[in-house]
Amino acid sequence: MFGNLSISLVLGQLLIGLINGSFYAMLSMGLAIIFGLMNVVNFAHGAQYMLGAFVAWIMLDTLGIGYWPALIIAPVVVASLGLMMERVVLRPLQNLDHLYGLLATYSMALIIEGLVRQKYGSTGLPYANPIPGGIDIGVMFLPWYRVWVVATSLVICLGTWLLIDRTRLGAYLRAATERPEIVESFGINVPRLVALTYGFGVGLAGLGGVLAAPIYQVSPYMGSSIMIVIFAVVVIGGMGSIIGAIATGYLLGLAEAVTKIVYPEAANIVIFVIMMLALIFRPKGLFSGSENAR
Amino acid sequence: MTRSLALLAVCVAAIVAPFFVYPVLLMTILCFMVFACSFNLLLGYGGLLCFGHAMFFGTAAYVTGFVLKSTGVSTEIGILAGALAAAAMGAVVGLVSVRRSGIQFAMITFAIAQFVYFVLVKAAFTGREDGMHNIPRRALFGVIDVSSNLTYYYVVLAITIACVLFFYRIVHSPFGELLKAIRDNEPRVESVGFKPEQFKLAALILSAGLAGLAGGMKATVYHFATLTDASWAISGEVILMTLLGGLGTLTGPMVGTGIIILLNDFLSQFGEWALIAQGVIMLVVILAFRRGVVGEAAAWFERRRQASTPAPPKALAAEH
Repeated sequence: MFGNLSISLVLGQLLIGLINGSFYAMLSMGLAIIFGLMNVVNFAHGAQYMLGAFVAWIMLDTLGIGYWPALIIAPVVVASLGLMMERVVLRPLQNLDHLYGLLATYSMALIIEGLVRQKYGSTGLPYANPIPGGIDIGVMFLPWYRVWVVATSLVICLGTWLLIDRTRLGAYLRAATERPEIVESFGINVPRLVALTYGFGVGLAGLGGVLAAPIYQVSPYMGSSIMIVIFAVVVIGGMGSIIGAIATGYLLGLAEAVTKIVYPEAANIVIFVIMMLALIFRPKGLFSGSENAR
Repeated sequence: MTRSLALLAVCVAAIVAPFFVYPVLLMTILCFMVFACSFNLLLGYGGLLCFGHAMFFGTAAYVTGFVLKSTGVSTEIGILAGALAAAAMGAVVGLVSVRRSGIQFAMITFAIAQFVYFVLVKAAFTGREDGMHNIPRRALFGVIDVSSNLTYYYVVLAITIACVLFFYRIVHSPFGELLKAIRDNEPRVESVGFKPEQFKLAALILSAGLAGLAGGMKATVYHFATLTDASWAISGEVILMTLLGGLGTLTGPMVGTGIIILLNDFLSQFGEWALIAQGVIMLVVILAFRRGVVGEAAAWFERRRQASTPAPPKALAAEH
């Protein structure tokens, strides 16, 4: 079966898997952080990712602001929108059944996607590659932009994990996840911490969107299609486990790539097959053993 | 007294409606009413948010279509086949999901529904992106001709009424009471000696079967089944219908269905605004009136009644 497959083709697929995995990891991590602190499954995460890509595209199209400034500005714009959502929508719901948070973010996703579709249509819009060219490493051609995406995603995932696991701020965050009222009694402004965490998670989604813009087409559907995978990733990795979300994200990107090489028809389904198996054999999530299961 | 009068008015309206409104639109509303009832059974009474209820609806539509197209059986057998397939699917979904509740149950059902969707996209018998077309609507029991939409409307109406009565019966049975008890306090139910998981599984199977019946019916109404029927947009729509009408109320989801289908029909000419309107309505319902249209109306009547009679003791008024 592998006889007629060249090594460069296999590596090419694996690179695509690694790229997809980078986005899965970044987005699932944001989702896990938000869920861990707020118990809200942020269904708008995909829409916010899509919004990041669109803000970058609009900035280039109307203001002529290029990729590098957009990499900073677009996530800030998306995060500010996220902060507004948190204030207006999520905070009034925080003491109710957490399902309301899921449904409220779901309806926000509908509104965002609907508005973007209404304004920009359903077809994908191209975004020029800011780092054209690449390097021939012998077995395959390695485009610079893809290297940049994988590296950035790794740095962001690791950095965020270190921030939460090793710093004082992260300690507050973890403590607020467990016992918000006690953290509050130490003089920490927990509502502000919650809002900033949501803003941070949403900003990460926006950053993912900007990074994705030159690779995938900028389309209103990019959010909902990645959201479907992200949900599966979070179910497999265990809800609220940050390192679990990161690792599962990369693993599933690679699993997709391997399936595409071995049995292309199943490439869309493999993630869900893994999810079903994980649900049956590791119902608490693959990585729940290493951290506190929530 | 007012209640039976209202019921009578609804019955009369349902009988004369197809002479004034396009019967297919009415049948769509009826199919989705059954679908919304099935969803309400799970969330409103069982406390389980199935975020992928369209998988039962859509799969049943395909199964019904497949059975009717590939064999010569009459229409009702086809619909039943769809319902049974959906119920079986409910059993499988339940086996991996019923041990969870709340958010986890919602996410798992969402992901499983997506899995089902991708399988339907890939499966040969569904006609893939083109959908399954020319589903026949043969004579009921082999004798009653239902090829005209007007006649078929009354058949769909009869099935819907039967489903609603069945739903009413379940909700008011000891099983339904237990379901509500599990929703409100699962450990307590367990401590009394019941196994909540079994009841949740049974509720999921019943709900899936009912959703399947709705999907099968819709396939025979439209003569086709498409991937949209199994998509998460439909899963979201049924949540919206139920919430808007009033979660856990008997008539609420049906009222919500009517509003949303008519709204969709009206807004379909305005591009994406139907989707945006759905999002806005859902957000407003969640933020401002979580009891839904019927729930709020009931609460309003209750307040009026209480205003005219002397105030009840505080302890009684505290609940709700």
